[in-house]
Amino acid sequence: MSETPEHPGSGASGSDAPDAGVPDPLDPASVAAAVDAALADIAAAADLDGLKAARIAHSGEKSPLSLANRGIGSLPKEQKSAAGKNIGPARGRINQALAARTTELEAERDARILVEEAVDVTAAPRRRRTGACHPLSTLQERVSDVFVGMGWEIAEGPELESEWFNFDALNFKPDHPAREMQDTFFVEPPEAHLVLRTHTSPVQVRSMLERELPIYVLCPGKVFRTDELDATHTPVFHQFEGLAIDKGLTMADLVGTLEHFTQQLFGDDAKVRLRPNYFPFTEPSAELDIWHPGAKGGPRWIEWGGCGMVNPNVLRATGIDPEVYSGFAFGMGIERALMFRNEVGDMRDMIEGDVRFSEHFGMEI
Amino acid sequence: MRVPLSWLREYAAVPADATAEDVMAELVKVGLEEEDVHRPTDDLSGPIVVGQVLSLVKEPQSNGKTINWCSVRVVPEGSDHTLTGDGIDPSGVQGIVCGAHNFVEGDKVVVTLPGAVLPGDFRIGPRTTYGHVSAGMIASVRELGIGEDHDGILVLSTLGLDPEVGTDAMELLGLYDEAAEINVTPDRGYCFSLRGVAREYAHATGTAFTDPAAAVVVPPARGEGYPVRLDDGAPVYGVPGCDRFVARTVRGVDPTRPTPPWMSARLRLAGIRSISLVVDISNYVMLELGQPLHFYDLDRLSGEIVVRRAAEGETLRTLDDRVRTLDAGDLLITDASGPIGIAGVMGGASTEVTDGTRNVLIESAHFDDVSIGRSRRRHKLPSEASKRFERGVDWHVADIAAQRAVDLLLELSGGTVDDAVTDVGRAPEPRVIELAADFPERLIGREFSDEQITGTLTDLGATVERVDGAERGYRVTAPSWRSDLATREDLTEEIIRLLGYDTIPSSLPVAPPGRGLTRVQQQRRRLLNALAAAGLTEVLSYPFVGARANTVFGSPEEGAAVPSVKLANPLSAELGFLRRSVLPGLVELAKRNQSRGFRDLALFEAGAVFLPGDTLGTGSIPPLGIKPDDAVLDALYAGIPDQPQMVAGLFTGHEVAPSAGVPPRAWDWADAVDIVQFMAQVTGVDVVVRQGSHQAFHPGRTAEFSLRSGELLGFAGELHPKVIAAEDLPARTVAFEVDTDVLFDAAADVIVARPLSTYPAATQDVALVVDSAVVAGDVLEALREGAGELLEEVSLFDVYTGQGIEEGRKSLAFALRFRAPDRTLTADEASAARDTAVAVAAARFGAVQR
Repeated sequence: MSETPEHPGSGASGSDAPDAGVPDPLDPASVAAAVDAALADIAAAADLDGLKAARIAHSGEKSPLSLANRGIGSLPKEQKSAAGKNIGPARGRINQALAARTTELEAERDARILVEEAVDVTAAPRRRRTGACHPLSTLQERVSDVFVGMGWEIAEGPELESEWFNFDALNFKPDHPAREMQDTFFVEPPEAHLVLRTHTSPVQVRSMLERELPIYVLCPGKVFRTDELDATHTPVFHQFEGLAIDKGLTMADLVGTLEHFTQQLFGDDAKVRLRPNYFPFTEPSAELDIWHPGAKGGPRWIEWGGCGMVNPNVLRATGIDPEVYSGFAFGMGIERALMFRNEVGDMRDMIEGDVRFSEHFGMEI
Repeated sequence: MRVPLSWLREYAAVPADATAEDVMAELVKVGLEEEDVHRPTDDLSGPIVVGQVLSLVKEPQSNGKTINWCSVRVVPEGSDHTLTGDGIDPSGVQGIVCGAHNFVEGDKVVVTLPGAVLPGDFRIGPRTTYGHVSAGMIASVRELGIGEDHDGILVLSTLGLDPEVGTDAMELLGLYDEAAEINVTPDRGYCFSLRGVAREYAHATGTAFTDPAAAVVVPPARGEGYPVRLDDGAPVYGVPGCDRFVARTVRGVDPTRPTPPWMSARLRLAGIRSISLVVDISNYVMLELGQPLHFYDLDRLSGEIVVRRAAEGETLRTLDDRVRTLDAGDLLITDASGPIGIAGVMGGASTEVTDGTRNVLIESAHFDDVSIGRSRRRHKLPSEASKRFERGVDWHVADIAAQRAVDLLLELSGGTVDDAVTDVGRAPEPRVIELAADFPERLIGREFSDEQITGTLTDLGATVERVDGAERGYRVTAPSWRSDLATREDLTEEIIRLLGYDTIPSSLPVAPPGRGLTRVQQQRRRLLNALAAAGLTEVLSYPFVGARANTVFGSPEEGAAVPSVKLANPLSAELGFLRRSVLPGLVELAKRNQSRGFRDLALFEAGAVFLPGDTLGTGSIPPLGIKPDDAVLDALYAGIPDQPQMVAGLFTGHEVAPSAGVPPRAWDWADAVDIVQFMAQVTGVDVVVRQGSHQAFHPGRTAEFSLRSGELLGFAGELHPKVIAAEDLPARTVAFEVDTDVLFDAAADVIVARPLSTYPAATQDVALVVDSAVVAGDVLEALREGAGELLEEVSLFDVYTGQGIEEGRKSLAFALRFRAPDRTLTADEASAARDTAVAVAAARFGAVQR
């Protein structure tokens, strides 16, 4: 493509006599020739620059037909009309062709630019850093939400506790072997009677002391036992315990609550099973198994926690009259739930802080 | 507790084909937990038979050893040959090479024939050795997995046995038996006996129970037995340490006789090593009836036995040959010579039964659980006896167990029993529990018939008396072996336990309308989610730290006193304290990630720190079952150290790992500062940042955050190079830690909206030259104060030093955006506001506009 050179003398005033290339407005043949020349150039324009040159050459002020058109003015009056009918439509055809070709070429150009701008989307860099919540936190929130949906509230308390809240208020006799079963971390000096809580039950005690009756609370949190870390034990782990104190609560209410909750977490086919057990703070006491329909390797019963009817001595320790109120309590491990719900094979993955573990879960569970 | 099935079958109707697993499945239903299965045949199989050594030829070998080339008859002469297989000689006599020398021709021994498998997957087959084909092995107890003795082969006559040749030796040695191991909860001491477990098995299966205690005939006592006096001067909680002491005398025993295989097999399956006949009998009776016994050499006792508390400074050489200094709380068995045993825990060496003992005194006593537990803990002497006493032993079984031991002694070790019996002490009052007729239903939520209540309680061994009238119900006397039954709730548990927990119906109680998550719970969720969304990864570290970590991270000021909570029993001595800062844990986790190849990290953790104050705990704790009064409760609360919740983070390496199209950007101090600003903004709290100082952080690259009130919020910046070097962290590791209790508390309950002016803004830029030491934040604050109400925002957009700025000074460029709520500002108004702003900065910091 090249610039169409301007006509010789085109720089001069247009009032001059038409030069050789200017068609005679009264001669349809010469007008038609100019039109043909224009249309040929327009069609031949390969791009918008080429078309611009064609526009200047054939439709510009100094184009043959413009000059011819200007010449009409100097024609005798009776010839003007005929000349106009020759020139006007001719110029119209050229402008039309220019417009059409412009549209065409612009579309071509636009399409070409878009093609040129194409990128490899699979090579998009990750600009945003991937963060994550720890799945234990997320699962704990999810469990809490089920209970909040049932009208329960979430109660919290300190991890370093007075022995009274952790044991005595919960009916652990000072010399009873049950107290040793808890593998407690004691604080120096032992005479201060402070322990790292071995369960979140002290929060239940605090709730009973501090809240108005009736009480329906869930107590999630970190607990401590002097277990060495291995694939299924960790000295620091998380529990959630529930406590309901109301008039007329029965063990059937405990079963119903556990059923409702496990179905929210493990699906409608989940079931619960209680087996007799012993805890100082409940009587009757039970071990809780859940039927996990989605368990790896097929549906099965899984041992999950403990539960029972609150021992009247616990109610007495918090000033609640066991003749008027009764209650139930339950407690489950969150690590354990994560192990069988999300198929975590090794407890250590949860606590070693390897970023791959949390990041795999993102902010979901 | 391990329960040999053959033993259980004596008292309960266990089906002949039931396995240990089947038995456990039944026991689990009534609340015993399954633990394990012990089955010798899992790694031992025959043919293993009794053989008689016909001939024995000693053949010296070139390696200096002498072997015995033996002919051993394994099929009775003249009887049909039932053994077949590769290596079994049709003659019924096997040729066997044996390296042991403790036997002679004619001895009966245990022969493991070709095809047998011994523990350790040791397969017996004919093999050529020392020039013979040895077709089998003459076994030692160790090879059979029934003992440790490897000195020689088992000669059956040493067990007092003379079985027929060809007898199945596995049967003879009790190796077809198996045991179910169950876990017994602390309230069920009686299940540490076959008597108790058999009763539970009967409950679980609804089958008959034969009480082994009922099979023992205790003849009426005649005359006074060995003198025993109970003299507890310091009962614990008012309970005498010993409330029954039965003593029996058996004379002329031979303690060197072997323990019969049936007894040692059961003991072994029960997890107790066979030691000597006398010890084995005492253990056997304990396992059978739950009553721990102690045997004394009668001739080594001197004078009256007195059960009393220890005197200060007394010592005792116990059976394990250690001299123990006794505590005034220890309950002792003493005679004229002084202490001869720690009651219920361990006997003394001086009166121990030995091979030379001819006359024994059997002690069958009942001790207080608390007292025994304390001595056991004090001397760190857990024993089978203390385990049972601590969980409660049946007071009424003491004389029965003593008689059972007498019977076994007479049968197995010979001798005669004295008619005179010692039985001192006083039976406890039987516990009578009132149970209202409707109580079980009120507690469980299902109906119970009168028959169900009386039936289950009677099955347990309780005596039930109906009470009619207004107080309709039952008067229940708990069985003597159930010291755990004391309340109506205990009885209700027993009723539903025997009827089955699976009969409890299901109903969903409706809680009163709840208030949802608390404000702080919501704030915490949003903040932690925001941090994760901002690219940080949540991790959870342990709160255990070393002293140094608390010194460095636990207080901003170097050398300040850093009170820390010290654990009495930490998992490791290096991590003996509770953290005062979350950062040491994050440092450890960062290092672990580094070691696993993850270098670009942004970790965060939310958790409590432990800040002990002046009072730590309380000197005593109130008793259980009673609400403490307010002053006592207040003291309990006050003694618990502050445990504020922190959020801390740590960044190493790059924000994003270098990849195509993204230049890598290393985390730096500004990221730590920025994330705290971000947290404040997410929470809706206005915070003040200033140059900070914290010993764990770089002295020149630390921001201190506080509230407008001045309350400290936390720190952010680059860690101190010394800390980075000491912890072997990547250079320029940055971190932050914020007290979220303070942060959340500072958030307004209601955030009041700001009206949005839609009039155009007028922007003014100013460049101010100040001393290098002046910090931008202070200048910015001065501009904000000076600019007045029209100022909408001010931000620092450039810091410049170099040409045109004199040494020791710097130029800070700020963009000020002004806007009026009600009109378009004129240029003059904006300029005037800018000038007053600059004037404050000039007055405060000598700032000069460029």
